[in-house]
Amino acid sequence: MSWIAKIGRVGRIVEPADDAPATTVAPPTGVGGSLQLRHVDAGSCNGCELEITGAFCSVYDAERFGARIVASPRHADGLIATGVVTRNMHQPLLNTLKAVPEPRVVIAVGDCACNGGAFARGYGVVGSVADVIPVDVEIPGCPPTPAQIIAALRTVTGR
Amino acid sequence: MTTALPDSPTVPALDKALPAARRAHAQAVASGSVTAALGVLGVALGLSAVFGAPRHLRIGWLLPLVGVIFDLGPLGGFFVAATGAVSIAVGIYAVGYAQREHWARFPLVMLPLFVAAMLLVPAAGSVTTFLLAWELMAAASLVLVLSEHHRAQVRSAGAFYAVMTQLGFAAILLALVVLSAAGGGDAFATIAAGSGGISGGTRTAVFLLTLMGFGSKAGLLPLHAWLPRAHPEAPSPVSALMSAAMVNMGIYGLIRIDLQILGPGPHWWGLTLMVFGALSAVFGVLQASVATDLKRLLAYSTTENMGLVTLALGAATLLSSYGARQVAAMAMTAALLLILAHAAFKTLAFLGAGSVLAATGLRDLDKLGGLARRMPGTTVMFGIAALGASGLPLGAGFVGEWLLLQSLIHSPHENNTLLALTMPLSVGAVALTTGLGIAAMVKAFGVGFLARPRSAAAQAAREAPTSMMAGMALAAAACGVFAVAPAALGPLLKQVLAALPTVGGNEAGPALGAYLRLPGIPGSMSPGLIAVALVVAVLLALGLGRWGLRHRPAAAVVPLWACGADSLSSKMQYTATSFAEPLQRVFDNVLKPETDVEVTHFAESQYLVEKVTYRTLLADPVEQRLYTPVVGAVTAWAHWVRRAHPGSVHLYLAYGALGLLIVLVITR
Amino acid sequence: MSATTGLAVLATALQVLAVVAGAPLVVGGMRQVRARLEGRAGGGIGQPWRDLRKQLRKQQITPQGTTVVFGFAPAVVAGTTLLIAAILPLIALGSPLDPAADLFGVVGLLFLGTVALTLAGLDTGTAFGGMGSSREITIAAPVEPTLLLAVFALSVPGHSANLAAIVSATADNPGQLVSPGSLLAFVALAIVIIAETGRLPVDNPSTHLELTMIHEAMVLEYAGPKLALVEWASGMRLTVLLGLMANLFLPWGVAGAHPSVLAILIGFVAITLKVAVLAGVLAAGEVFIAKLRYFRIPELLAGSFLLALLAVTASYFFATPTN
Repeated sequence: MSWIAKIGRVGRIVEPADDAPATTVAPPTGVGGSLQLRHVDAGSCNGCELEITGAFCSVYDAERFGARIVASPRHADGLIATGVVTRNMHQPLLNTLKAVPEPRVVIAVGDCACNGGAFARGYGVVGSVADVIPVDVEIPGCPPTPAQIIAALRTVTGR
Repeated sequence: MTTALPDSPTVPALDKALPAARRAHAQAVASGSVTAALGVLGVALGLSAVFGAPRHLRIGWLLPLVGVIFDLGPLGGFFVAATGAVSIAVGIYAVGYAQREHWARFPLVMLPLFVAAMLLVPAAGSVTTFLLAWELMAAASLVLVLSEHHRAQVRSAGAFYAVMTQLGFAAILLALVVLSAAGGGDAFATIAAGSGGISGGTRTAVFLLTLMGFGSKAGLLPLHAWLPRAHPEAPSPVSALMSAAMVNMGIYGLIRIDLQILGPGPHWWGLTLMVFGALSAVFGVLQASVATDLKRLLAYSTTENMGLVTLALGAATLLSSYGARQVAAMAMTAALLLILAHAAFKTLAFLGAGSVLAATGLRDLDKLGGLARRMPGTTVMFGIAALGASGLPLGAGFVGEWLLLQSLIHSPHENNTLLALTMPLSVGAVALTTGLGIAAMVKAFGVGFLARPRSAAAQAAREAPTSMMAGMALAAAACGVFAVAPAALGPLLKQVLAALPTVGGNEAGPALGAYLRLPGIPGSMSPGLIAVALVVAVLLALGLGRWGLRHRPAAAVVPLWACGADSLSSKMQYTATSFAEPLQRVFDNVLKPETDVEVTHFAESQYLVEKVTYRTLLADPVEQRLYTPVVGAVTAWAHWVRRAHPGSVHLYLAYGALGLLIVLVITR
Repeated sequence: MSATTGLAVLATALQVLAVVAGAPLVVGGMRQVRARLEGRAGGGIGQPWRDLRKQLRKQQITPQGTTVVFGFAPAVVAGTTLLIAAILPLIALGSPLDPAADLFGVVGLLFLGTVALTLAGLDTGTAFGGMGSSREITIAAPVEPTLLLAVFALSVPGHSANLAAIVSATADNPGQLVSPGSLLAFVALAIVIIAETGRLPVDNPSTHLELTMIHEAMVLEYAGPKLALVEWASGMRLTVLLGLMANLFLPWGVAGAHPSVLAILIGFVAITLKVAVLAGVLAAGEVFIAKLRYFRIPELLAGSFLLALLAVTASYFFATPTN
């Protein structure tokens, strides 16, 4: 039960939120403040995954802006895709997008997903995510910081 | 206009095939209609015996010395009516089934005979008539079980069934002969009148022997093992008759002899019935929940339901022996309701399983699936049966179980340690069977009928013909009546209860109107109102789901989410074995499954696996732990006795002389 | 129809409405309590409502190979929960449906919903759907008997299984709440409510790992409006079961069988407070527990079954005489 004392001692650790940025992409279905995303790793080095995990953890807490990662694309409003699209993950990425119900958005995280990054002309690479599926929001960086990721998510949720 | 086709060695000429097909059709129609007509006769006779005056009939010349006596009272009439109702549905169903499965003439002839024998058993009014009718019933059922005797499993199942039936008959014979000797007569009426004078030791002996014999017929532990062996191998209409009508005869025997004729028994009778009932119920449903053969699952479900009926009978006996006659009447009503509901949903379930078997040739749930699109009618029918078997609201079995639980919890337990201990345990047993029953039925329906076919045979299934659907629809209608309008049975149950004064029959049972009200106890239920309210609630939920309709894009039919893969093969679905595997693990001390994993490596390298074979066998543990040692002991004893048969004629003559001497001495 | 019966019907309607409207708030509140205890800010109490409204506006999807069972299961789950909300004495005792279904009926309806969702999971024909269904049924099999026994133990003092009678008996005779039977029943009931609603330590409602899912795995294939109904129904089941727990053990504030308008309002405020407190305690408890390994859950449920059996036996032997 020393945990209760610890919880009291540590208190709130989440970073204070900045002002809401302008909405660049209309929230799917028009209901703001609710965005469920299915993460797809199309061929990433997992650096962006670590930053996304950081964005959804206690320090940055993307959930307070209405964003959440879900397990099934059927439950999602869109995909959050990382990494350059490799040959093996080309069809699965398309299948995953097809499984998301309309209306949907695609968010590409990291330089690899936006423009191929360091692996742009690799032999096992099909292209960037934008080459394969239509992308609504791009978050450049290698990797982008959690704050940048959250700022981009907030442009969709409007919160 | 016919076209002349050349004769080929494999295809018979059309002009020779047509009359044969017409003959088979006519025979099937004849057999089915006679069975159904016998069923109608049974229902009419049974109901007239329940509501009218009891009927007596004595045919003196049919049997030497004692004659044949028929004595149909309300109790017998109840069972005759139930058997008749089941036979109507089965008879109509058999018309189509016999043609689909190409039944030979002999089973077609035996089917109505079997029904007739079953109708005779509750009508029997004397010991001799009863035993005669019982053996007729057993023999007819054995012949029908062996319909497909060219298959080895059918032959072995038939042999097992024959032995167990005759063992049970031996027990019943002994019991009834002892009863008749002690009661001073052959007719049941005579014995009942003289039952006050039967000594306690005789009563105990008769009770134990009838429990063994009738309990075996009803499928109670530990003599139930014939049920899961005989039912899968018998043709489905026969399985339906056996499970929904014949096992009732075991219960009838228990009620008639032990509760009605032998009168109020000591406390331990009720306790024994309750113990065997609870054990059978829990064991049966446990085996059903891990069975992958559809008909074996249904057979174990019969053991479960008969266990619950016996539990209710035991509770009624125990409670009335303590003077709680009102609650005993409730328990007895619950037993009767459970018998009727079980007859309805078990008939429907076996007929549905037969429809599946006829369409796919499969009983194995691991290979079925996807039947909802190919056989929608059968799916709906089996769904109704599964709902009834699971004991959920809107199912046929719910009201009976509710009444049983109410009678158990309202037993007067103040200053009564035995009741205070047994009633909670019984409620626990009933509740446990409901929980596991849900698992068994969800598995049977979900794996067998939903999703996609797991084999080519299941994929090629097509719907059953009209006569089979009609038989199933009749049983489904009965299930519906029991589910939402059990008030229709109120007068029937009241009359039957009045014929059982030793289990609280003089008291008013629960009032079965639009609301089921318990007499003198605050407690009521209305299945009809629940059904209506549920429909309204579901419509309300559908309405909630339409909120936001105008914002939605167009609906779409899309492929399944296969985690990114292009498609899912039908082998990636859960099978019945995998569905029940966690339950099997939880209960593996009781079930003792045998698993065998065989790994075949490539010849070139021990590190690469070519094939893995997984085998699991769930035998009946009672069979393994009880029957095998007993049979082994009997065989060893028989080998020992063989020493007395060396083959010498002189010795055998001496045996004969000795036997004659003993008989002369005894009869002096 | 007299005015008091009309008010009883009004109280029932208010119950159903409160459950429908309040269930997402209960879920949101529980998530907020967890978030604050973890040092985060959380999405706010209204986040589940936002998610629901959004899901209702999404595309209706029918996966290939599924049947009407898959299509209608969300409505059946939600419908059974709404019916239970109408039967239970949450705000007032005099629900018109109370004589129609007692505790056995309520437990049966609860499991009718579970069975519908389980069949839908099997109907998808995916490996995860079957896995979720198999796990759910393995848990439901011991949970149903324990639920029956636990509430039966509570019905022994009042000599009736109708819920209004149980609640009023407890309200008239609060001393029996500390009897051994009631305490054992409380523990058993708490365990089965956690198991039935899929909370820690039995199931993690916010997991993304399919192999750790029980309830979520059955609904992986649902999208849009059907998903909204399923999530709503889950929240409503949690709310309704917490309300049942609250009124069985803390029955004060519940309006009588013939309530006045003031009594109804007091009953509404009372149940809201009780459910809020119970939900908060449950959520706070979840922060300290990890999920049990799946094959240890039957051990936990067997333990709660034994506790419930002991509760019934204890309530028989230690029953305090009531008038």
